[in-house]
Amino acid sequence: MNWVNAVVQGILLGGQYALIACGLSLAFGVMRIVNLAHGDLAICGAYLGLVLSSALGVPVWVTLPLLLPAAFAAGMALQVLLLGRALRHGVLAPVLVTFGLSVMIENLLQVAATSDPRGLNGGALTLASFSIGTLTVSWLFLAAFLTACAVLSGLQLALSRTSWGRQVRAIADDLDTARLVGINVRPVFAVVAGIAVATAALAGVFIGTIGTFDPLAGTSTLIFAFEAVVIGGIGSLAGTLVGGIALGVTQVVVGEVNQAYAVLAVHLLFLAVLVVRPGGLFTGHQPAREVLRWGALG
Amino acid sequence: MRRDVAGSRAARPSPSSPSSPSPPVAVSRWNRTASVFTGACVLAVVFLAVLPYWVGGPAEQPLITLLTFIAMASLWNLLAGFSALTSFGQQAYIGLGAYCLYLVALHGVSPFAGVLLAAAGAAVVSLPVSALVLRLSGGYFAVATLVVAAVFQIAATLSPSVGGTTGVSLPGLAGYGDLLREALTYWVTLAVAIASVAGVYLLVRRTFGLDARAVSSDPVAAASSGVRVRRIRLLAYVLAAGGTGAVGALVALQTLYVEPTSVFSVQYSVDMLFMVLVGGIGTIEGPIIGALLLFALQEWLSADGAWYLVIVGGLAVATTLVAPRGIWGLASERLGWTLLPIGYRVRGQDGPGPP
Repeated sequence: MNWVNAVVQGILLGGQYALIACGLSLAFGVMRIVNLAHGDLAICGAYLGLVLSSALGVPVWVTLPLLLPAAFAAGMALQVLLLGRALRHGVLAPVLVTFGLSVMIENLLQVAATSDPRGLNGGALTLASFSIGTLTVSWLFLAAFLTACAVLSGLQLALSRTSWGRQVRAIADDLDTARLVGINVRPVFAVVAGIAVATAALAGVFIGTIGTFDPLAGTSTLIFAFEAVVIGGIGSLAGTLVGGIALGVTQVVVGEVNQAYAVLAVHLLFLAVLVVRPGGLFTGHQPAREVLRWGALG
Repeated sequence: MRRDVAGSRAARPSPSSPSSPSPPVAVSRWNRTASVFTGACVLAVVFLAVLPYWVGGPAEQPLITLLTFIAMASLWNLLAGFSALTSFGQQAYIGLGAYCLYLVALHGVSPFAGVLLAAAGAAVVSLPVSALVLRLSGGYFAVATLVVAAVFQIAATLSPSVGGTTGVSLPGLAGYGDLLREALTYWVTLAVAIASVAGVYLLVRRTFGLDARAVSSDPVAAASSGVRVRRIRLLAYVLAAGGTGAVGALVALQTLYVEPTSVFSVQYSVDMLFMVLVGGIGTIEGPIIGALLLFALQEWLSADGAWYLVIVGGLAVATTLVAPRGIWGLASERLGWTLLPIGYRVRGQDGPGPP
């Protein structure tokens, strides 16, 4: 393994982080909710993939047409039953509710599936790789990265080109004015939550195929996703991809030197970004301090 | 929350309204229920303090657990309840306090006196940390505190001088017999619990309490009315960190062993969240009720760890959605009691005033 290889692997890993993070970023941008259960929902997606693929006896990819709509519906239900209600109790309630939800999910998974680490059946893709010179790239990692790019650009296109996207952006800009001009906010919220959970579940499937997962993996998944969002700049999907890549490259390159310091380096990168550019590394304009502190991060 | 602030502000005697012909309004904070309750509290504390002399060991262990809960809950309430700083990373200071106690005990300080030094150590470390995390608020603050706790945990596991992943056992206790050690641990725990509850109570009765609640309701409005927002948030964060550091030292005293995965466990944050939310966020009485409830729940469900946490998380979610003021909020509304009043009340009003 050389440095070029480490950077390439890091970029590919960053795609996975961005895929988890985009739902978090979207939910925050539109609903002003930091979903502390987002990582756990991704892990739920992995467990659902495990159940479906072992029940049907097929690689997990084949189950995606079942899994993704189920995750989308779960996200809508979550928004309607829980998060929408929490939002009515002020800005702190969603934080408290999603943290409680995260605790419940992690422990229900432990009851239902024990705490043994599991992996997903990825079929022939799992071990396939190709080489360019000294560089060896796993098809699975490349697939995860390309999926992340496709999902993020698809979302970006939907937001900027469709009338639904225009509604979402209007709500993100100013909820009250959006209501005033006749946007029906609740269905938009439900669809956004559905997309957030579906992308999280998709990311969970990649996590489970590339490595292993256990019921408590959700919290670290959430932390990585959150760091990608903040490093890339809150509310920017392209920034989220770049933030994820920055995380991935840091983790793999530092891990090349000493594996024990890889995760620590990622956290320190995040804290350093908070100090130097709290609006994110890759956003053109830095929001005014007070807006960042009170408005945008309400 | 907002109503409390408005209520207590309006209830302050205001000399600036000479035009109103109405008779002078009697404004008071204290009332008879509160006096009786405070007296009962003093008696209870005296009773708890002399308990080891005639009951001894068996009664101390559960009480130590309960008193630790009360301290943790009151301190988290100072953050989340009064200052809107929902930290889910207070286990960073539990762990830090435990390791600080190990380090000072290693250098010959009595572990019981070392609890104070551990609190000071945690408060000092929380200063630079606050410079990072207080840039954020709401959910972003919450996740950033989780990151800080993760960093502390990794730093502890990477430091061979504090035992790395295996941890260390607490030195400096060889001279004490089991009976004396347990009694001393109990007294120190009692002192920390009383200091936490009374400290938070006395603090929020001062202008700080009003300021903190103004900041948590609307920071911009608070800043524009002259509240020093940054200082209020800093004070709440550092004091809570110091107190939680003392609790961490108590944890080390009880278990006699400091191990990174257990002292930095997110379980501590879950417990704090549960006690404060279910008991009654933003009140002094609520966290104590929450602590009693968590203690009972733990005794009842101790056999099954996962289900216990499912129930704890579920009750916290349900309380937030159905009864956001918690058990004490509902009870005090129903009964019209304020046992430990923090606001002011105008006498002669119909019905109970704001607490």
